[in-house]
Amino acid sequence: MRAAARMLGQRLVKLTDDEIDERRAAAELAIQTMGITFTVYSQKKGGSIDRAWPFDIVPRIIPKSEWDRVEEGLKQRVQALNLFIDDVYHQQKIVKDGVFPKEVLAKSRNFRPQCVGVNPPFGIWAHICGSDLVRDKDGEFYVLEDNLRVPSGVSYMLENRQVMKRVFPGLFENYNILPVDDYASDLLEMLLSVAPKAARRPEVVVLTPGIYNSAYFEHAYLAQQMGAELVEGSDLFVDDKDRVFMRTIHGSERVHVIYRRIDDLFLDPEVFDPGSGLGVPGLMRAWKKGSVTLVNAPGAGVADDKVVYAYVPKMIRYYLDQDPIIPNVPTYLCMEKDDRDHVLANLDKLVVKPANESGGYGMLIGPQAGKKEHESFARKIRANPREYIGQPMLTLSTVPTLVDTHVEPRHVDLRPFILSGKTVSVTMGGLTRVALVKGSTVVNSSQGGGSKDTWIVDDNGDT
Amino acid sequence: MLSRVAENLYWMARYIERAENVARMVSVNGHLQLDLPANARTGWEPLLAITSSKATFDSLYPSPSEKNVVAFLVHDERNSGSILSNLKLARENARTMRDIMPREAWEQISGLHALAEQRSRKGELKPDRDQFLRAIVLGSQTIAGLLAGTMSHDVAYDFLRMGRSLERADMTSRIIDVRSADLLPDQGGGLRPFETIQWMSVLKSLSGYQMYRQHVDQSVRRVPVLEFLLKDKDFPRAIFHTLGEIEACLAHLPRNRGAQAVIRKLRITVSEADMEKLEQKALNRFIDGLQIMMNELHDRLMATYFHVEAAA
Repeated sequence: MRAAARMLGQRLVKLTDDEIDERRAAAELAIQTMGITFTVYSQKKGGSIDRAWPFDIVPRIIPKSEWDRVEEGLKQRVQALNLFIDDVYHQQKIVKDGVFPKEVLAKSRNFRPQCVGVNPPFGIWAHICGSDLVRDKDGEFYVLEDNLRVPSGVSYMLENRQVMKRVFPGLFENYNILPVDDYASDLLEMLLSVAPKAARRPEVVVLTPGIYNSAYFEHAYLAQQMGAELVEGSDLFVDDKDRVFMRTIHGSERVHVIYRRIDDLFLDPEVFDPGSGLGVPGLMRAWKKGSVTLVNAPGAGVADDKVVYAYVPKMIRYYLDQDPIIPNVPTYLCMEKDDRDHVLANLDKLVVKPANESGGYGMLIGPQAGKKEHESFARKIRANPREYIGQPMLTLSTVPTLVDTHVEPRHVDLRPFILSGKTVSVTMGGLTRVALVKGSTVVNSSQGGGSKDTWIVDDNGDT
Repeated sequence: MLSRVAENLYWMARYIERAENVARMVSVNGHLQLDLPANARTGWEPLLAITSSKATFDSLYPSPSEKNVVAFLVHDERNSGSILSNLKLARENARTMRDIMPREAWEQISGLHALAEQRSRKGELKPDRDQFLRAIVLGSQTIAGLLAGTMSHDVAYDFLRMGRSLERADMTSRIIDVRSADLLPDQGGGLRPFETIQWMSVLKSLSGYQMYRQHVDQSVRRVPVLEFLLKDKDFPRAIFHTLGEIEACLAHLPRNRGAQAVIRKLRITVSEADMEKLEQKALNRFIDGLQIMMNELHDRLMATYFHVEAAA
């Protein structure tokens, strides 16, 4: 067992049941008063409910020496992804060179023809990327997926640390736990670095769909931490010179960088969904003209597709001429006949995922599903092979998690966040999500998952 | 500052202030009933008049008993003016403004709402009702204190302060309007029995008893109490004082002329009123006049700062 983990274990073992209960109650109280919530959509009453964020007080520990390599791998991966997206909206060299199949692009749901030929600053499209990592039983990290549209969860990473500091102040004195708190300033710095050149004092805003969005808490949190305005679509307008302004008590004020937390299709009713009330008419005009920077850029989601994911190792070789540092989970593409046959023949052993969903929706966990589900997925795959991939059921690593008053193993994943602007930076660790249900591998908060604090511990000098 | 945010701040402050006022009013009325003999008790109906909610109440409850009125005013979510409803609205508004409000203030608002919600599940309030109402008043004051002590006194703060001040002025005028009607006017000679107790309760409804004693050199009677609640320059819930607060906020804001004109009109009206001459009916008309001007002020703020037209 790792030294840091051993010390933590000794500390926790010494706590009595009552003390554990006390700490857990303290954590719950902290979460409630801090107002950390996420929203669950409910059919009942046609509304949504605020739930307190399920939090496990046993932290997950990763030694710094191990993390350094993961960080390198993530930077490498995101660099390749940005080169890929930029290429896809320009010459499409990777297609011409036969490395990436044309038909995958042709059928991509997140390819936006409106973005062809646009040149965002530094050629960066995916400024903020949340890549989900899992560890197999061999102890190695794998990338499970890359979230390049509007990845969320970073505020929980920050709040989890706050809660832990309130509940276990002593632990932080005795360990060399690397801080995560500088994320907001890194984010702001990145946003300022990609502002249009003409802006002398760039105005940054966070664009939210509003209070009923499941990640609203995070939008408000990040805006607050950055000292940026949190705007809704109706607060903004685009003038006839394609400049973006916000409505204020002083009249209208110019906006240069929009960290948008709404999906592409709702951004601009003039170009996308004409019925959308969340967006700003004319926003795409302004973006194409370069008078405003959108973060992430529209169209970045083209690489946020589980079929495209399978090609990331090839991209890294193609654009960077390097070997991938963090491997992918082996992936079978149902669009390829051989792969499809393999998936169909092994539905009871594989995990099947739709290519373009997030949040753990619409997937098949083969070993846990019944015959009817297998058959229904076989039909779906045959009808629409491009939309499905298969992956082996990983023997996901588990970490100690508090269940009642004792500790049991539970499956986890890890979502670090990578910021790309003028420079690239990675969060110190990330958000660890944990499947609170015994044996479950689904960690999404909408599906009974929770989270825990992630400690990158400097192991230099550890005994 | 975003127009939408300014409006949210303004309303949030009004909701919190309103919750506090209702809590204080219910608490004081409870004490008043205990102090009056059975045949002179004013009951609970006046609270419905003060909050203009009699029609809503009648559609939901059979009679204005203590139990019913208290439930209606404290935790009935069907009453948009109940303490619980106000705190819920305040929290919803605060939630959209976490980027500009100090974190502690948000935690306090969220916590106060949680307290009211938790409490509402208990139903019957009586045994420790006062303790709960006190917690609401203190919680609301804590929020005001946190905001005053940790939030920059910038325009965001001005919108909060204006909302709070206007709500205070509104509540003070309502309490005067309804409570004075329960009482017969001064007839020069001896006091009617229990009159002092009732005017004391008017002052207490506005947390003004102690300050009245300190700053007014007269016994607790109609005219000096009215003078104090309307015209005092220093008491935070006196109408004249709240108007000064609003005027000071407006001075920091752009495009403030229209609203300032309304404030000046209000201040002149209040300071020139002669309480000796305002018999009950005239007093009611006078208060109606103030209410109309306060609404005008509110509308002016809405038009100038909150509903900004598209492009300039």
